[in-house]
Amino acid sequence: MTLAAETYDELREIAARYPQARSGLLPMLHLVQSVEGRVTPEGIHACAEVLGLTPAEVSGVATFYTMYKRHPVGTHHVGVCTNTLCAVMGGDEIFACLREKLEVGNDETTADAPGLQSITLEHIECNAACDYAPVVMVNWEFFDNQTPESASQLVDDLREGREVVASRGARITSWREAERVLAGFEDGLVDEGPAAGPASVVGLELARERGWAAPADVHGSADVPEEPSEAVEEADTRRAESETIAEEASDD
Amino acid sequence: MTDTLTPVLTANWGDERAWTLPAYAEQGGYDALDVALGMAPEDVQTMVKDSGLRGRGGAGFPTGVKWGFLPPPDPENPKPRYLVVNADESEPGTCKDIPLMMASPHTLVEGVIISSYAIRAERAFIYVRGEVLHVIRRLQAAVREAYAAGHLGTNIHGSGYDLDLVVHAGAGAYICGEETALLDSLEGRRGQPRLRPPFPAVAGLYASPTVINNAESIASVPAIVKNGADWFAGMGTEKSAGVGIFSLSGHVKKPGQYEAPLGITLRKLIELAGGVREGHELKFWTPGGSSTPLFTQEHLDVTLDFEGVQAAGSMLGTRALQIFDDSVCVVRAVLRWTEFYKHESCGKCTPCREGTWWLVQVLERLEKGDGKPEDLDLLLDQCDNILGRSFCALGDGATSPITSSIQYFRDEYLAHLEQGGCPFDPATSTAWAESK
Repeated sequence: MTLAAETYDELREIAARYPQARSGLLPMLHLVQSVEGRVTPEGIHACAEVLGLTPAEVSGVATFYTMYKRHPVGTHHVGVCTNTLCAVMGGDEIFACLREKLEVGNDETTADAPGLQSITLEHIECNAACDYAPVVMVNWEFFDNQTPESASQLVDDLREGREVVASRGARITSWREAERVLAGFEDGLVDEGPAAGPASVVGLELARERGWAAPADVHGSADVPEEPSEAVEEADTRRAESETIAEEASDD
Repeated sequence: MTDTLTPVLTANWGDERAWTLPAYAEQGGYDALDVALGMAPEDVQTMVKDSGLRGRGGAGFPTGVKWGFLPPPDPENPKPRYLVVNADESEPGTCKDIPLMMASPHTLVEGVIISSYAIRAERAFIYVRGEVLHVIRRLQAAVREAYAAGHLGTNIHGSGYDLDLVVHAGAGAYICGEETALLDSLEGRRGQPRLRPPFPAVAGLYASPTVINNAESIASVPAIVKNGADWFAGMGTEKSAGVGIFSLSGHVKKPGQYEAPLGITLRKLIELAGGVREGHELKFWTPGGSSTPLFTQEHLDVTLDFEGVQAAGSMLGTRALQIFDDSVCVVRAVLRWTEFYKHESCGKCTPCREGTWWLVQVLERLEKGDGKPEDLDLLLDQCDNILGRSFCALGDGATSPITSSIQYFRDEYLAHLEQGGCPFDPATSTAWAESK
């Protein structure tokens, strides 16, 4: 079935945000997922049509990124961080517990059951919340400092359709609604949740307690390299700035 | 003497509704924009250069110098210029940009406007990883509020300067933190790194002159413009100026974000964080994320600035301090990071695509106790064939935990072989494990 005319309009609206329409492809695929529950062939055709690409070109992009799913995702997506730090802090145990509880493997969805919401379980990579390890994400909202018990309760609540609120975020809607926000359409939930969680402000609170602050009146001068070559030498070039080395080399 | 902790970027994170424009404005938000718009763009650039601000995304390249790589405007061939913010924070251990954008997205938005003005860009993009829904909500709302208040759009603050800003969500690919892969991704393609030259400053987004900076770098700009280059340069060390957010995670009593002048030590930070978990000792740690070689107890007094960490054999990276105590098996930790690099390798170049796969094979059998002592040399040989031979820094980074862990913990690898398995019980390292 082809997508609704309104979806086509929204796909065009996304493409129009950019100087070159193709830049809209990632958010467009997020929109497709919000409408279709996964990246469908129809969704790929719609993106291709709007952008003047071939379906193969769109598929090539869609299959590169982990967040785009080719199998239907459940009402909720539960991601357990099992990258090293979270794994060590208990993420491995949480993931094993949820796998057993939901009777699914990685990137699989619970079987349909009357009166229960479906859940897709996935082990995910570092989600930039290491100070709250172990971390579980529901529809890409943060659930901090989890235990097997809390995560188990969390999926029970999700399955039963009870209201669930993220540790640092809003009340949980659904994976599809989350995908719509990623496509760039606001959902009005921005003002829910705190500005920061406790670990985010632990240094700030300690500084206040001890009367520490950035000085108002210091004066100093930094040793700033005058020549790009000097800057290259000082940078951690092994990591990300290899381009500048090459640039220098090509200047020679 | 500067105080031990110096909240600048984190200063307003505890404020009521800190993410909203009224709360940000009450703290003097967008005042720096007026200061900048009253200056010539070149002078703003000079100010950022003189402040000594070095890239906060890992490499530590001087931000102002990077801006200076843009070719001068050519009236004969006027190409638009772009500013792209790298907010794809995905390096394991790194968790500073996400709380920054959640608590105070306007700090970043104001930084984007000032930086775009300084480089004369008329369009800017914030490329934020897709897996952080609430952060994306906060950024979208901040941009909307900034447009409504006249901080974005046409004739900003009556200056005649125009800027459009788009918040762009990624879709789950670590490699898109690599700046040229990010550009390909932002152009709607697979996120694979580009061959250089040409460099982004010359031919970046849509083959136009482009500056790409990390979110924390750009968010640092308003404070520099407001307080002056000398103020920023007066903190930190001579070559690693200013303050930065240090992210402590793992086996410390109070993990979290600690904003301090560059040059602080882990010994000091662990003390501030209440020490290592009761009954345990520090075993190994990453100074700047999993791609930076591991450190041990002997590195507690290394100054955490670019020079100090480099001299000690690692990299300051993103100041992602992951702390592991003596309950953790280093082979298990390194295997898991290696599985990550294998999963995230974009597949463009052979050393990284094939090499990370082979690294996992060998590490897996070592962790299970099925390996041979020669496997350690095999691993080092594999690393030697990846490091410096990969298309981008992902492959290089994949080798860091392996080579450094063999350097410091060779005996622990061998103990796996002697015991025919892992000598550690993973249950003892969890957040809920009873202390010894």
